[in-house]
Amino acid sequence: MTTHPTLSEIDRYAAGEPGLDEATVWSIEVHLESCADCRARLAGSTTAASRALIAEVAAAVDREIAAGPKPRSKALFRTPLRQRWFVAALLPWVAMTAAVLGTAALLTHLVPELPSIVLLLAPLAPLPGVAVAWSRHADPAWELIAGTPSAGLTMLLRRTAVVLVLVIPVLAVFAASGASRANPALMLLPCLAFTAATLLLGSLVGVRRAAIGLMAAWAAVVVAPSLATAELPVLLEPAAAGAWAILTAVLAALTLLRAGSFRRLTSF
Amino acid sequence: MRAVSTAETATTTHPWAIHAEALKVRAGRHLAVDGLDLSLTTGVHGLLGPNGAGKTTLMRALATVVKPSGGRLTLLGRPVDGRADLRPARRALGYLPQHFGYYPRFTVREFVAYMAWLKEMPKADIPAATQRAIDRVGLAAKADARLRTLSGGMLRRAGVAQAIVNDPQVLLMDEPTVGLDPEQRLDLRELLRDLGTDACVLVSTHLVEDVVAACTEVVLLNEGRLVWQGTPDSLAAHGDDGHAGDSPAERGYSALLRRHRAEAAR
Repeated sequence: MTTHPTLSEIDRYAAGEPGLDEATVWSIEVHLESCADCRARLAGSTTAASRALIAEVAAAVDREIAAGPKPRSKALFRTPLRQRWFVAALLPWVAMTAAVLGTAALLTHLVPELPSIVLLLAPLAPLPGVAVAWSRHADPAWELIAGTPSAGLTMLLRRTAVVLVLVIPVLAVFAASGASRANPALMLLPCLAFTAATLLLGSLVGVRRAAIGLMAAWAAVVVAPSLATAELPVLLEPAAAGAWAILTAVLAALTLLRAGSFRRLTSF
Repeated sequence: MRAVSTAETATTTHPWAIHAEALKVRAGRHLAVDGLDLSLTTGVHGLLGPNGAGKTTLMRALATVVKPSGGRLTLLGRPVDGRADLRPARRALGYLPQHFGYYPRFTVREFVAYMAWLKEMPKADIPAATQRAIDRVGLAAKADARLRTLSGGMLRRAGVAQAIVNDPQVLLMDEPTVGLDPEQRLDLRELLRDLGTDACVLVSTHLVEDVVAACTEVVLLNEGRLVWQGTPDSLAAHGDDGHAGDSPAERGYSALLRRHRAEAAR
């Protein structure tokens, strides 16, 4: 804090005396900001004319506030803010997914006799993010949130939606670039079906385990044989798109029916 | 998220705010709470016990974070074991865990408001409730500071603010005085006494002096079982002459634990 101004200086400042130089006025004002005692002294030194002016200004401000539009309430948080920690936690996983798909696209380009590796891996793209969505290791406030009424399927679906919003554009870019050599629907529908399957299986064994299990199973049953035989499986032929859509709807409906199993985060 | 009306969250009267019968809770493979019978009503209850007594596991089960493995547990008359719907009980809960995680980039206000939103408070009530909770823990000056910039004591107070933002009927606080300086501890004791006038407040701590100063009742736990339950004055009355320099209540706490261990060894 700066040095207390003298009573005489405060009186001269209050009177608006022109003899006070600019540096002294500045020094008094800086000091007043942090010294309640000197502000009280200043209040005592204020002239009747100044007090009348202050009262007049205050009344005018009140009138303007009352007559003007209601101030727009500042939202405490917007939806992106609520999930911003989650978006930050997901970004490394999204980057990893993009890198894997990029490598797959490069391999597909370099070895044209292989089936599209991008198409083979697309169904698994959101699964690492979905696994993170309900992980106590990823969410620092996990224990606080686990005891709130919002903990459950609704929260899991909200976080899964964030994952899909981040991952689907990545897949769309690869589909648009021709790396998948297939209809974009064949990239997206299996991806949605696997997301729904992860949630459904997650209600039984935990989302993380479900995601890991499904990735391992798809890799062993579909990806490895396809690469070994250099042929796309029937599951990823254009005719299968309708089946994937139906499967996605059925799995989503079954997940909703098991909503009660998601009440405790510890069941994941 | 469905907004909950004030009528739904209004205070209701139950014979016991917390009622446990033969409660068993596991911490991993270890049965940390082993057949606990406990009934608590309005007031401030201090949960005491040595390390490994099962205090934190009990708090986590009461907070509906961990599912009991046996026995019965009701909060405000609602079962929270088995496959019960936990939402009504959770709306009336406030919980400060021992290891309190947070989002470092959130401000105190955003964090407390986020927790109020997760507790399904009516949206219109959240800003005022957030400000009130922040004021009650003395963090008004830091309301817009990011959590990562706060000291340990301030973070703990932010944790208390999120716990009380919904005016809980059952408030669970695990080691709330950790990291607080002496003056802040005194303030927290006063806040606990205030909250305990119309809520059931359960405070887990190692500090007998906090319990004596703030609590209306003491619950002593050892090896997952209830050892003793009574007033702080009656705890002090159990003390013997040993351990000169300890307070009467600390001597009472030690004497009751020794007696329980001796009985268990027989």
